[in-house]
Amino acid sequence: MTAVFEWRALAPVLLVLIAAVLGILVEAVVPVVHRFFAQVFLTVASLLAAAAFLVANWRKGLGGPVAMGSMMLDGPTYFSWGALLLFGLVAILVFAERELNGGVSTFAASAATVPGSRAEAQASAARLEHTEVFPLALFALGGMMVFPASADLITMFVALEVFSLPLYLLCGMARRRRLLSQEAALKYFLLGAFSSAFFLFGVALLYGYAGSFDLSAIATAVQNPTMGQGVLVAGMALLGVGLLFKVGVVPFHNWTPDVYMGAPTPVTGFMAICTKLAAIVATLRVFYVALGGERWTWQPLLAVLIVATMVIGSIWGLTQTDIKRTLAYSSIAHAGFIMTAVVGASTGSPTNPLDSVASAMFYLVVYGLASVGAFAVITMVRTESGEANSIASWSGLGRTSPLLAGIFALFMLSFTGIPLTGGFIGKWAVFAAAWRGGFDWLVIVAVLLSLVAAVFYLRIIVVMFFGEPVDGVVVGRASAFTWLPIAVCALGVAVLGVFPGPVLDLATMAGTFIR
Amino acid sequence: MTFPWLTLLGLLPLIGAFVLALPVRGAARVIGLAFSLATLAVAVVVTVLYVGGTDLSVRQPWITAFGAYWALGLDGMGLVMVLLTAVLTPIVLFAEWGVQGKGRWNAQGYFAMVLALQGTALFTFLAGDVLLFYVFFEATLIPMYFLIGGFGGEQRRAAALKFLMFNLVGGFILLASVIGLFATSASLGGTPSYLLADLVGLQIPTDLARWLMVGFLVAFIIKAPMVPLHTWLPLAAEQATPGSSTLMVGILDKIGTFAMIKFCIGLFPEASAWAAPVMIALALISIIYGAAAAIASTNLLRLVSYTSVSHFGFMVLGIYVFTTQSINGSIFFMVNHGFSTAALFLAVGFMIKRRGSADISDFGGVEKVTPVLAGGVLLAALSAISLPGMSTFVSEFLVIAGTWSRMPWVAAVAALGIVLAATYGLLMYQRTMTGPVTEATATHFTRDLDGRERAALVPVIGVILLFGFLPAPIMSVVEPTAKAAMQRMQVADPVAPAKGEK
Repeated sequence: MTAVFEWRALAPVLLVLIAAVLGILVEAVVPVVHRFFAQVFLTVASLLAAAAFLVANWRKGLGGPVAMGSMMLDGPTYFSWGALLLFGLVAILVFAERELNGGVSTFAASAATVPGSRAEAQASAARLEHTEVFPLALFALGGMMVFPASADLITMFVALEVFSLPLYLLCGMARRRRLLSQEAALKYFLLGAFSSAFFLFGVALLYGYAGSFDLSAIATAVQNPTMGQGVLVAGMALLGVGLLFKVGVVPFHNWTPDVYMGAPTPVTGFMAICTKLAAIVATLRVFYVALGGERWTWQPLLAVLIVATMVIGSIWGLTQTDIKRTLAYSSIAHAGFIMTAVVGASTGSPTNPLDSVASAMFYLVVYGLASVGAFAVITMVRTESGEANSIASWSGLGRTSPLLAGIFALFMLSFTGIPLTGGFIGKWAVFAAAWRGGFDWLVIVAVLLSLVAAVFYLRIIVVMFFGEPVDGVVVGRASAFTWLPIAVCALGVAVLGVFPGPVLDLATMAGTFIR
Repeated sequence: MTFPWLTLLGLLPLIGAFVLALPVRGAARVIGLAFSLATLAVAVVVTVLYVGGTDLSVRQPWITAFGAYWALGLDGMGLVMVLLTAVLTPIVLFAEWGVQGKGRWNAQGYFAMVLALQGTALFTFLAGDVLLFYVFFEATLIPMYFLIGGFGGEQRRAAALKFLMFNLVGGFILLASVIGLFATSASLGGTPSYLLADLVGLQIPTDLARWLMVGFLVAFIIKAPMVPLHTWLPLAAEQATPGSSTLMVGILDKIGTFAMIKFCIGLFPEASAWAAPVMIALALISIIYGAAAAIASTNLLRLVSYTSVSHFGFMVLGIYVFTTQSINGSIFFMVNHGFSTAALFLAVGFMIKRRGSADISDFGGVEKVTPVLAGGVLLAALSAISLPGMSTFVSEFLVIAGTWSRMPWVAAVAALGIVLAATYGLLMYQRTMTGPVTEATATHFTRDLDGRERAALVPVIGVILLFGFLPAPIMSVVEPTAKAAMQRMQVADPVAPAKGEK
């Protein structure tokens, strides 16, 4: 293979990563007063430029293996890059909100100080800010973009680490309730490190089985086995643990509630969709491209895990009193719903091209819109001491602030899967893919558990619209950095509920992996 | 392309609801009423065109990947349901002119929700595409939920949640079947399509068809509340305002029986025949249980809702005995019951508003103080018990006569329901209206029906009487639907018994 480096094809990822590196330089060079503005500008500009390159490349029809065969530029890659850039942009905009906090960002004044110490108080009084959060988020986003595009397992592992490490850091940087935040970061880091080890072990076993890290070479080896199946199944299982941990599938979900609750809310919003999206498309790639020949082995296993995921997500979600924890369990349940399409492994036909990959990707888009929007709304509902996260304190919000409550209700209805919201179309698509793949029983289970999950979404709506307002809870006055993402997400959820056609077509067009 | 009257018909109230979401303050109620009257005008135009033989159907691709179309169409049954909806909505708005919600829920919110409900309900009656139907079938729940939860009695939140949960159970089960139908259509027909016209042609394997049909049926049984899945209705009706209850029972629940004919029979005739014995049994149970529960009710609104359970039993019975006469009767009953329940809920609502209580024991001797109100209640009660001369009599008679021609015993049991109906209707009147004027009645019933209340009640009762004496025009409109259903089922009407050949 000639060492050609396709600058143009890789431009979207490169721009994001270069901007991240430049962001570090900004920290070193630019004076404190200008840093915040410089970082926001750099981030937004790089993401927009990356998106522009992405669209241009797509129109030009660039594709196939790139970066010496370590990445694959195919439909799912294009689609997930586009989605990641979009969600990255709207989520990172929320990072830049300062008005809500009285002129400082929602991140710790000085993350290195001990919570409650004098140093912390001094840092707060000096109105210090960590503007490094922007390059950190960009690094994470860059890793997330490489992850689902990887054509070999080593690249995939590196990408996994590249996006995980900045996230661990970001999780621990909340300005308020810092101990909770740090605990979440540590938990996430430890469990994440464990799962990475599993992943790596799986990679080693698969290498032993196939003699290559390439997904396509593994696929060939699966079809023409040269040794016993034991190593393959073990490798597959271990690799699966690493991937499903990031997706948040039971029994690898335990980090989700704590991390979602402890992390600064803008970071939660960012993780909620971007991590999930990267992880699910990567899972699809690994299981369809490399291990497609073994689907009879992994389908039933995965189906069992998914049922457990939906059960735990929706039933535990019922018992939560904290809104971020509720949404964390909701994200577990939704991981289950999306994975029904993955298990179904249905392929399209010329007359009916909507396959598993396309429907999962569409679902991720509508889920992402509702998630980013919902977490952005959460940052705005506040008491004196910060966000008001208990569901009880949201009581009567529909009375005091009908627009915001209405938008939040829209997101909840979309999570529920009520028609005329994007969530319904997404749910329909993944369930249809599962059914067509022969998993009709799974669809029925999923539908019934959607119903259970509906209860806790509706409970929030009930509290907001029919409850009495709570003293001391106000909707903070936010700048456009929060309002713009909320507006974009609400509009997206509503429009995709009525006219999903264009995005569905895009997902369908982008639904085929190059093997 | 001709003017899309049907799209306009459903869209107009939705636009109205949207306008009412804007801060229009004082003018809200007038705007709301204007939109509902404009919808009525469009409905009249549609009727004229339909009767004149114009093809009004609309068909545009909507979500190509799902095989879903923006397909709207009308048949006789659809037309009468559209008219029912279009007529009842302005009456309800008029009757609820002074509605007062809790907290922020004001008349503007009420009118907006009613219009949203009307628009979504109209689209369910018009949809010629299964997915489109499903979308609006579910979408009706949200405005209804807020109507119950925002404007009602003390337990309104619990009632709203119960209403929503029951209906969502049905909705999600229906979703599984709708998705299954897509997979079936994709594998049998090649190109997936949700168009009713395409689906009818599919040869779905018997077992699969039965499973899919069960999913549809469960949703519709919950919707047209049949025992044992009716329990959400009494609570919801008791807690909601009379206007909301009218819409819920008069229009929303009709989607259940409407869809049984349109979708269960239309898509799965064999499976429908297979399910008929169970449905007939459930219908009989509903008729008797509903009537008995109505007799036992101590709350006026619960009483009215139980009478509806009983009446829905008649409608379902008429559908599942599969005779032209009984299906005709069922469809006609859907319309009549809409007006009859409206009359009852409105009249009872006027009583409750005066007394401030819905307990039957709190009333007595009302007829002597407010004779016009009492007259309205009497007429409404008589229409509920299907007295000859009332339109309900005609439809109930058709159902029972059709049933008799196929299953005399079933008809005999159903006829028992009529006797029970007379009991609850007259008992209710006797307990509340007759007798000596109680002290509470004297203090609370200080004024008779005012102009606005009369204006709401009179057209409803007028329609009931009109169709009672002149059922022919409506019957001729719905007859083709019944005939088509019979043809779809491939059953012939039973030949009349040999006795006394004509």
